[in-house]
Amino acid sequence: MLKIWNQKKSEVEAQRLKPKGSPSRIRLQKDLGELVPSADTDIQFPNPADQTTFTVVYRPPTGFYAGGEFRFTFEVSENFPHEPPKVLCTQTIYHPNIDTEGHVCLNVLREDWKPVLNIQSVIFGLQMLFLEPNPEDPLNKDAAKLMIDDRQRFGRMVAETMCGLSRNNVAYTNVLDMKNPANKGRTHRNAHYY
Amino acid sequence: MPSKVCHRGIQRFLQLKAPHVENFELVNDEGKTPQQLLNEAKVLVIGAGGLGCEILKNLAMSGFKDIHVIDMDTIDISNLNRQFLFRKADVGKPKAEVAAEFIRRRSPDVNITAHFKRIQEMSEEFYLGFTLIVCGLDSIEARRWINAFVCGLVETHGFEGFKPIVDGGTEGFKGNARLILPTHSACFECGLSMFSPKTTYPICTIANTPRLPEHCIEWASVLEWPRVFPDKKLDGDNPDHINWLVEQATQRAAPFNITGITYSLTQGVVKNIIPAIASTNAIIAAACTNEAFKIVTSSNPFLDNYLFYSGDEGIHSYTFPYEKDPNCLVCGNRQGAVTMSGDATLEELIDELKTNLAFQLKAPTLTVDSTNLYFQNPKELEELTRPNLEKKLSDLFSSESTLTVTDTTLPTSLQVTVTFS
Repeated sequence: MLKIWNQKKSEVEAQRLKPKGSPSRIRLQKDLGELVPSADTDIQFPNPADQTTFTVVYRPPTGFYAGGEFRFTFEVSENFPHEPPKVLCTQTIYHPNIDTEGHVCLNVLREDWKPVLNIQSVIFGLQMLFLEPNPEDPLNKDAAKLMIDDRQRFGRMVAETMCGLSRNNVAYTNVLDMKNPANKGRTHRNAHYY
Repeated sequence: MPSKVCHRGIQRFLQLKAPHVENFELVNDEGKTPQQLLNEAKVLVIGAGGLGCEILKNLAMSGFKDIHVIDMDTIDISNLNRQFLFRKADVGKPKAEVAAEFIRRRSPDVNITAHFKRIQEMSEEFYLGFTLIVCGLDSIEARRWINAFVCGLVETHGFEGFKPIVDGGTEGFKGNARLILPTHSACFECGLSMFSPKTTYPICTIANTPRLPEHCIEWASVLEWPRVFPDKKLDGDNPDHINWLVEQATQRAAPFNITGITYSLTQGVVKNIIPAIASTNAIIAAACTNEAFKIVTSSNPFLDNYLFYSGDEGIHSYTFPYEKDPNCLVCGNRQGAVTMSGDATLEELIDELKTNLAFQLKAPTLTVDSTNLYFQNPKELEELTRPNLEKKLSDLFSSESTLTVTDTTLPTSLQVTVTFS
């Protein structure tokens, strides 16, 4: 055994490697520290000492969902980046790719996840869903069908549900970002003007 | 007694010069014969399942005298077809203890110790006591943990912490055995990207356009279970849970004309089970035990360093040296040292990391023992850690602490040891 050790000892000396902390935590530290700052996206930590659980808040600047504030919980396991983070929407929203329980249909969160992807890739993916909902691959079938059949009515439905109205026996969450001046005076009564 | 006959063969084998060994020594540089080395070796077997049972039997029959086995699992009835150290009466008992008892009964000259524990529960001293570690695990998570831990032992203890890992793995008719010489050769994490992630289906397919029985099972387990039982965690080993899923998935499948939903398929999908083949386990366990034997006795050259075996299209195996990944999260971390006054501020340390030609970092994020020192991003963590920039280093950590530094210019991390002048 000593012989095996000595065989390559000089090489070891040259490299002097020393991992501290678990590989998944090192990788998460790298992913978080290199996130691209963005005015419309916040990342909140319920417990800043534990970075494995956090909330991503996204305020889409344009599109059907402009004026809303959408919240997603991220859970990063010890098996990251072999496994993707677990992402759920905490609000009840009307969206072709997000069901009313908060499941998100995003390829990089399931079948297309690769360890080379990172937290930023997932955030980009979520942002895309709000800027360009994809009715071809629906999770909420009714929402997708309406979006294809009648974009105007779909837009109105989105605007109303974002104000917290109930539709088809589903009580939607009021997701309006009240810090946004464009939302001043916005309620479900005048939802269709927005 | 069969074990005596085996041992006589091994004794003979260890006294003869093998034809392919260049530097065979009857007495090694520590003044020990191969037989003495074998008698004194203390081996840790991680996992007492399909591979573990084979490995334990092989080690005991090849003359190892001091074996420890650790496994956190209990015996399930479905294990009995291949985990041959267990009998029907053992169902529900800890695997490690039953396996150890069996070996003790059959090979009374072997000193075997069982640990019904998680590997993470054992202390550093525990692991330091072994000559080498043989893994027969089925989880990537456990392998990553033991690999990172053992690589760390070398850094903190040098040769005393040098514990070669022989890692076996099987998946149906395929398997592999590899030898990891921590910090010398490729580690487990270096090859992590080779493992295909768990088979998953797009959630929209599951929800709207199922075509396979698996889609219906995933619909029941991923979507329906959390909706109906929001506070209950799905347990793949609980028959009530699986039966509920079978019922839901079958109802779901009918309108789509999908058939073939069974109890075993449902449990297989939920637990991501790939059928275990006893003969694959036997072949891989034999290869692992062989490596353990050669490493300990130096009686033959050891594996360099990856043996791949495939038995599903004919029988074929291939051995190749798996290369170290320079960007590996465990062994690819760069190391550096900085000497600074303990009165210097964290900001001055960051400036040093940016300007020192040995580092030239752009926007470093720093932690020490998983405590946040400074995060460049996201905004909330930056604001929370910003006050640390003004603080003296000696108020944040002690001299000779090792900081984990990440930066866009680094593939993984830089481990910086800061010494106060």
